[in-house]
Order: sequence, then C-alpha cells, then structure tokens
Amino acid sequence: MGGVGMRSLGVPGNIPIWFFVGVLLTIYGALIGGHGVYAWVTHESSVVVLANLHAAVWWGGMILILGLIYCVKFFPRQQR
Amino acid sequence: MILALNAGIASRLSLAAVVAAPPMHGQLAHLTPLDVAVIATYFAMVLFIGFYLRQASSTSEQFFLAGREMTAWIAGLSFVSANMGSLELMGWAGSAYQYGILATHWYWIGAIPAMLFLGLVMMPFYYVCKTHSVPGYLKLRFGESSRILAAFSFAIEMILMSGVNMFSMAVVMKVVLGWNITFSILMSSLAVAVYVGLGGLRSAIYNEVLQFVLIWAGALLVPILGLVEAGGWHKMVAKIASNYRGQDYVHLWRDTGHFNANPMGVHWTGIVFGLGFVISFGYWTTDFLVVQRVLAARNLRAAQMAPIIGSFFKMAVPFIVILPGLLGLVVLQNPDGTLLHLVGENHVSVLHPHSFNEVLPLMMVRYLGPGLLGLGITALMAGFMSGMAGNVSAFATVWTYDIYQPLIRKRASDSHYVAVGRWATVLGVVVSIGAAYLVMHAAGIMDYVQALFSFFIAPLLGAILLGMFWKRATAAGGFWGLLLGILSSVSLFVWVRMDPSALSMVAISPDAKSMAENLYRALWSFLISIAVTVIVSMFTQPKPIAELDGLVYGVTKLPFQEPVPWYQNQWFWAVIVVILFAGLNILFW
Repeated sequence: MGGVGMRSLGVPGNIPIWFFVGVLLTIYGALIGGHGVYAWVTHESSVVVLANLHAAVWWGGMILILGLIYCVKFFPRQQR
Repeated sequence: MILALNAGIASRLSLAAVVAAPPMHGQLAHLTPLDVAVIATYFAMVLFIGFYLRQASSTSEQFFLAGREMTAWIAGLSFVSANMGSLELMGWAGSAYQYGILATHWYWIGAIPAMLFLGLVMMPFYYVCKTHSVPGYLKLRFGESSRILAAFSFAIEMILMSGVNMFSMAVVMKVVLGWNITFSILMSSLAVAVYVGLGGLRSAIYNEVLQFVLIWAGALLVPILGLVEAGGWHKMVAKIASNYRGQDYVHLWRDTGHFNANPMGVHWTGIVFGLGFVISFGYWTTDFLVVQRVLAARNLRAAQMAPIIGSFFKMAVPFIVILPGLLGLVVLQNPDGTLLHLVGENHVSVLHPHSFNEVLPLMMVRYLGPGLLGLGITALMAGFMSGMAGNVSAFATVWTYDIYQPLIRKRASDSHYVAVGRWATVLGVVVSIGAAYLVMHAAGIMDYVQALFSFFIAPLLGAILLGMFWKRATAAGGFWGLLLGILSSVSLFVWVRMDPSALSMVAISPDAKSMAENLYRALWSFLISIAVTVIVSMFTQPKPIAELDGLVYGVTKLPFQEPVPWYQNQWFWAVIVVILFAGLNILFW
C-alpha cells in the first residue's frame, strides 16, 4: 500500500501515513479491548444491548491486532 | 427532510433537517472518561500530523498538490474520505429509515459510474495539462473569464458549505452529547485550521486517510450487532414488512416505475439521468474538492487507479450508513418495549422525541459501551473534519491560483504563494465560522446556502465535458454555457420556491416530490449549458488545434505508460467494479 521502504526519519513526510494509522489503532485497541476485558472479568454492569457478546473485547482485540500489524509493517526505518 | 443531490453531497443537503431538530429531549449519550480519552487521542494525532508535515509543505507544489507524490491507495482513500462528512453518515442513515434502501442509489448509481469515468477517461486530461485546479483547466480550455466565473462560484460555495457543515456538526454534538455549540465549532475548526494551514494538502490527505479508517472502525460495529439482534438480513426484511405493511423499504428499482409508487416520489428516469448522470458526473468529475485529491497522485496510472480504488469503498459505505437506518426500523424500542417511531423534523414532539436523523446516534448508544461509543463519536467527528478540511484546502488552492494570482498579484515568488495559501486556509476557516454563526441566527437561509451547491455542478459538467471531448467548443461558448446554465438553475429553484405548483412542470409529473425537483433541475440546467455552449461555439472562432494538445480528447497525445501486470491495470479493476455494481443492483432490485 504505502510503498515506504528505507527512508530518512529526519525528513518530514517520510513517516508513512500507514504507520500513523497503526499507532492510532493500537492505542484504541489497547484502550477499548483492555477495558472490555476488565469489564468482563469484573462483571461490570452495562446498559447496552447485546452486552453479553462483549463486543469491546473482540472488536478492540481486532483493532489492536490490525494496528500492531500496521505498526510493524510500516515502521519508519533510517535510510541506508 | 431535505435530501441530498448525491451521496457525496449528502451531508450538504440534509443539514437543514439536522439543524432544524429542536432538542425535545436530553442528550442522547453520556461519555465516560474512556470515551473522552479516545476522542482526545484522535485530536492529538491529527494535530501532530499537521506539525510533523509543516516542513514538507514549503513549496507550492507540496502545499497545494502534496508534491504529487501520493500512491493510488492514499489518493483513492482520501478521494472517498473527503466527501464522507459525518452528516452524510447521519443524514443518509436517517434517509434509509425514512425511505428505505432507495437511499442507496446515492452511493451506487449516484457515484460508481462517475468515479470510473473520472479515472479511466477524464483523469488523463486533468493530469496531463498539469492544472492546479478545475477552474485552472477551464482557463486553459476556455480562457480567463470562464476560470474566474468558476473560481468565484466554487470559492463562495466551499466557504458557505464549510460553515453550514460546521454549525450542523456543532448542533449534532449538542443533541448527542449536550456540548456547547461554540465549543464544538471552535474545537473542530481550530484543529482543521492548524493541520491544513501547516501541512497543506499533504496533511489534509494524511488525515483523511486516518479519518477514513476511523469512520469504519467506529461505525462498522453498529450494523454487525444490529444484524445479530435482528436475526440476520432475511428476518430484518420480514420484520420491516410486518411492522410497516404496504410500504416497500427493501427494493432499489422495483417501485420506481411511477413517482407515487415509492416513498421518495422519484421516477427511474430521474434516478438514472438526473442523479446517475448529471449530478453524479458533475460532482465526482468536476468538483475540485474531490478532484484535487486525485491530482495529488504520483503518476498518471496512480491518478487513474485512485478513483477506482475509491469506488470499491464507496460501494461498501451503505453497509455502515443505509443498513443501520433499515435496522433502526426493527430494533429501536421505547422504554416500554414497543416499537420506537422516528418522525420528520417538523413532527418532533414529547410523544415522538426523536427524528429520522438521530437513527445512527440512537443505534450507537444502543450497542456501543464505554470506549466503543467514544470511537463511534470520533468517527462522526472524523467525518466532519475530513469534509471540512477538504473544503478548506480546495478553497485555499482556488483562492491562490484562480483568484489571487490572476487578479491581485500575477508574479510573485513561490514562497509568497505558499504563504498566501496558508493565510487563505486560516481565512477560509474564519469565514466558515462566520457563516456558521450566520446560519445559527438565520436558520431559514440554510436551504438557500445548500441550494448554492446544486446551482454550479450541472452547468460546470456541461462546460467541462464539451471542452474535453469537442474540439469545436470555443471560449465564448464555454463561458456563456456555464453562465446561462447557472442562471437557469437558479431561476428554476426560485420559480419553485415562489410557486410550489411549478414542481410538476420542472419534474414533469404532478406526483413529483422535492427529491425529483433536485434531479430534474440539474438535468435541465445541464442541457441548457450544453445547448448554449454548442450554439455559441458554432458562431464563434475555435482555438487552433495545436493549442488544444493536452486539453481535448482526440488531439492530445497521452503519455506512454509502462506495461504492468494485469492485476495492476486500471481497466481490469474497473471491470471488477462494474461486475460488482451490476450484481448489487440486481441482488437488491
């Protein structure tokens, strides 16, 4: 997708957008999935419909995995 | 509810309805600290991107065209994201609740053919002539007067629409979260001003890609959980049929043989020719807001692939917009367990406290717990900000290249024009804020501001199509075709406002509703634009053929493109899109 390759980090614009996407998804996945697991373990009461499906856990988990994949795949590297 | 002209401009014309909603109830949702953290993280990221990219936008090519370095994927996602306003999400989810699956036409026939046409046929001309903007193309093809007319029309439209969007988003935040309107306006507009002003188009595009991902991450869960609760598609359809007897909400084409046979009051001819051709092609191929994203592609093949990639995602958008509206018809309930009926904006009352436009937030509140709700709200904000950034960055380019440079300062250094572009971004945001407050204090002008948009695109399509595909079209023909097309569109609009019975003549049926007016007004103004351009051209002197190279089909030598494997060829993917498009229309016929 991004076609990043080895680039100089000192030059603005060389961190690919996909890395930013990965970072944001990772943060969101950790926050949402983490809270979902906490709520599941502590039996936190919920007012939403289908709370028994624990959407925060699997949706947050999927976002986290996707984010990590993007972070690793598009991690900006110094130009050789 | 006032409906949009096409899916891309859905938010623009459904705003009045959103804004008109009196808050008959308390806020819909309450945010937890986790939700606030999710929203704050988003703002921190978009601002960081703006600061990070500021030094990569020091030349005009970098600031206004992102250095023409974008890959097909980035340009394609940005292309779709720039027109996916949050109010499009809310407005069309509401339309789906009101009109059913007919609203999907604005995403499929109202977008896909035009996107393919832009990529395969028109993009080579935009790209080869190296224009900075659509008015810039008009200048090359028809001369300065056409450029100035289009540039002023476009600049005014962009700023006013940006202001209307801004205010509408603030009202949505007030209704959904109880936020102060001024706080919402300032927070979102300042963020956009900072990241576009610093990083130019590159920053806008980066953030649009980010926002596109967030929109899907935040909104996709709603239809998934909705389908689980409804028991799947077929059970949902059965429940709709049971709950709303005599009304068809699930067929795209079956009931469009007559104006009064479907809830939208439209005829298939209006959908195919008015929406599918004039409005859709006008928006997707001539509106600089979207075309600018594709011009930033790094080569011609990427520029051609970008709209095709975008079309795949555009076809999928109904899943997160239309489907939640349909699901709302069967799953939303009152506290006592009875079916909740949403109503039109004018019928909101204590008995019916929620309008059609609130269906998406209501669905979000129904399914999304802490964190996920913050992500859903972030998706709405991301949609709004991507649309606003699109408006502002396009305005800055048109202002600098098509108004400031030809009319105010013809020759200046490159850095001067970049500075003008940065200040134009700030100016655009400030004027947008002013427009937002103007609308706040005179909500009645909303309809007129939104109609502005429809006045320009159809005549502009006529001028651009003839300019690009008819070498006999002259400068005078292009200018007068554009001008009289705009004037005829305005006249038809005013005529129907002064005499509502005129709608039956504009839309050629006594059963036509307001939606049909939009479709047919566009069709007539397009035809008038074409006719005037042709007639005037026949009596005026055309440009020599040699001057049309790079501008007109048949006399332009397109650059050689290196052969690529079949799976990288734009025509292969266009065929896949056509097959999917046809299949979906048949499936939901």
